[in-house]
Amino acid sequence: MERRELLKMITLATGGALIGAEFLLSGCKNNARLEGSFSDDDILFLDEVAETILPKTNTPGAKDAQVGKFMTVMVNDCYEAKDQKIFHDGLINLNEASKKKFSSSFMKINAEQRKELLTELDKEAKAYQKTKKESDPNHYFTMMKQLTLFGFFTSKPGATEALRYIAIPGKYEGSVPYKKGDKAWAT
Amino acid sequence: MPDDTNHININSKSIKQNTFDAIVIGSGISGGWAAKELCEHGLKTLVLERGRNVEHIKDYPTATKDPWDFDHRGWITDKFKKSNPLITKAAGFGEDCKHFFIEDKDHPYIQEKPFDWIRGYQVGGKSLTWGRACQRWSDFEFTAPHRYGYGIEWPISYDDIAPWYSHAEKFIGVCGNKDGIESMPDGEYLPPFDFNCVEQHVSESILKNFNRHMVSARWAHLTKPDEIHLQQGRGQCQARNLCMRGCPFGGYFSSVSSTLPWAAKTNNLTIRPHSVVHSIIYDEQKQKAVGVRVIDANTKQATEFFAKIIFVNASALNSNLILLNSISNRFPNGLGNDSGVLGKYICFQNYRGSIGGHIDGFEDKYYYGRNPSEAIVANFRNLHQRDTDFVGGYTIFSAAGRERGNANEQTDAVGKNLKDAMTEPGSWYVYMYMQGETIPKEINHVRLSKDQKDQWGIPLLVTSVGYDDNDDKMVKDFLIESKAMLEKAGVKDLKTYDSKQAPGLDIHEMGGCRMGKDAKTSMLNSFNQLHHCKNVFVTDGACMTSTGNQSPSILYMALTARAANYAVEQLKKNNL
Repeated sequence: MERRELLKMITLATGGALIGAEFLLSGCKNNARLEGSFSDDDILFLDEVAETILPKTNTPGAKDAQVGKFMTVMVNDCYEAKDQKIFHDGLINLNEASKKKFSSSFMKINAEQRKELLTELDKEAKAYQKTKKESDPNHYFTMMKQLTLFGFFTSKPGATEALRYIAIPGKYEGSVPYKKGDKAWAT
Repeated sequence: MPDDTNHININSKSIKQNTFDAIVIGSGISGGWAAKELCEHGLKTLVLERGRNVEHIKDYPTATKDPWDFDHRGWITDKFKKSNPLITKAAGFGEDCKHFFIEDKDHPYIQEKPFDWIRGYQVGGKSLTWGRACQRWSDFEFTAPHRYGYGIEWPISYDDIAPWYSHAEKFIGVCGNKDGIESMPDGEYLPPFDFNCVEQHVSESILKNFNRHMVSARWAHLTKPDEIHLQQGRGQCQARNLCMRGCPFGGYFSSVSSTLPWAAKTNNLTIRPHSVVHSIIYDEQKQKAVGVRVIDANTKQATEFFAKIIFVNASALNSNLILLNSISNRFPNGLGNDSGVLGKYICFQNYRGSIGGHIDGFEDKYYYGRNPSEAIVANFRNLHQRDTDFVGGYTIFSAAGRERGNANEQTDAVGKNLKDAMTEPGSWYVYMYMQGETIPKEINHVRLSKDQKDQWGIPLLVTSVGYDDNDDKMVKDFLIESKAMLEKAGVKDLKTYDSKQAPGLDIHEMGGCRMGKDAKTSMLNSFNQLHHCKNVFVTDGACMTSTGNQSPSILYMALTARAANYAVEQLKKNNL
């Protein structure tokens, strides 16, 4: 139940099937491993992308949860080679999109500009994912957003501060009151 | 000569050391029960387990980890997935519990037709990772194969097994309600898990509109432990829903938390891990089985162990394999296999159909804790008469929950607004899936490979098991009926699925060494004794005459306890 719930949450928010999750649904194809690795700069870059998606508010944000680093671990270890390549290229593509729109690299534009850019990319990615054939490659921004949501809400700050987390509930109660604004359970 | 004398001395000493009153092959859900019952009756019992040892709490390395303690937050790496395409398919398989499953490369088998053989080789077997559903069979299930002509007659009825169900339920602890449903008899229950508000609503709607019963889970969880459970060192279920990692509270039943330590307390138990059983030794003079041939999993060295009685609880297909590989002059086709049915009539349960959707409202309600169980819709098909174009019935499992994240079309794509939405609970969802009976058929069989062996020199198992038209019809019926029930309850955006998953992925494979009244068409009698080798008992899934539609594990426990008590009686009377 928990697993399904999690997948669904991310899927709804990003408008597509969860990338890398096909093992839950079917067998695997054989793909050679891509020799790709991420630099420290890549991690800083991904941290800023993630922070734009899930910023620090009165609760911690994606950077507090080291989501940039988490994304690189997941891409390296859990993505298939073809998706790894798209993700790596995505770092460049995202930066190019920033340069095109604001004549400046993503790391140099301000928070508002980043938000504007990623909102556009989100729209583009959603439209693309909706119409693409199953065999077509995934959009890199869909990957980044999914991994950000997944990584943040399963991190300690995300689960315990942005959401409510109780490691040992002690008992199950089927019906408790809920009022708007109460946080969701992390697990 | 002195050398020879020496040799004989060592041999007889080792024979003595290797001799027990009883041998149990396998330490999973039924093997653990055999060990408990036999040890309690004072029999020196050897439990042989092919995998490593697992001790309660000590060997649950992930049990108390938080999500962020896992490198991949529960996901399996691409590399592991690609080298384990089979085992990673298992329901609930993840980074947190993969140590309780085999790896594909170590344990090959030959699939003549696609069959996903899911295994867990360690002390406790699959009882560590089982689904924990414990409904009883009714007489409808025991009699249906014969009544509707799709199988042989069971040699026992509900009344024969009912007291043993009680015996097992009381010891392991099963929660649930006494619902008074004809097709799903009541047992000995601890308090049930509550329904949440949507489950309550759906249940009421199904009763009112369809006169069908969606009831609380009958699950092997200690919602309120009794004295007998505390004596086992087990405590109340903490509603963590992390069962497949092993429960440090002993909140759910496994051999490791319950039956095996209980058996050990008698000082009559010896567990020998890393012991791959090659075959059962048949003595042509004594005309009975005298022991078991074991290959050490690590050293590959062969050893023999001896006992008066042998319980075969190696898991359904492995029990078939061992019996097929137990060749003697008397039994050239496998131990006790005069009828030729050994390895045949393999069946499983049909899990292909599922459905899910959303329901509006109930926004002022939530729940506390994580329910480790699911509601049950009792079978309503082919009970008093045949009322469908297929035979057999199906149980439905169902649950409702609130999604995490409340984002919609109006939510910003990124930023604070998205974050806020994603930290709130969303709408309620409901899902159902089926657990259907399949027909035992001669063509669905397992056999030994003639030319390929595993690393222990044991022939590989060939599986030849498939679906048929009856299964397709049942999936179709489930999808229609579940949709009707959920639609009527107001569930929207319903999506139905036929996973077409291979047989075996249900992890409810059964049969091959079936019980029956007639020794010409079955392997075992009404007490799970081989018709033709009475001191060998088979009480795991291999013994099943048909599959029923209920979850089988609690029936294996009851059958095992019944057979073990019978074996002890017969031993006392010198009949074995």
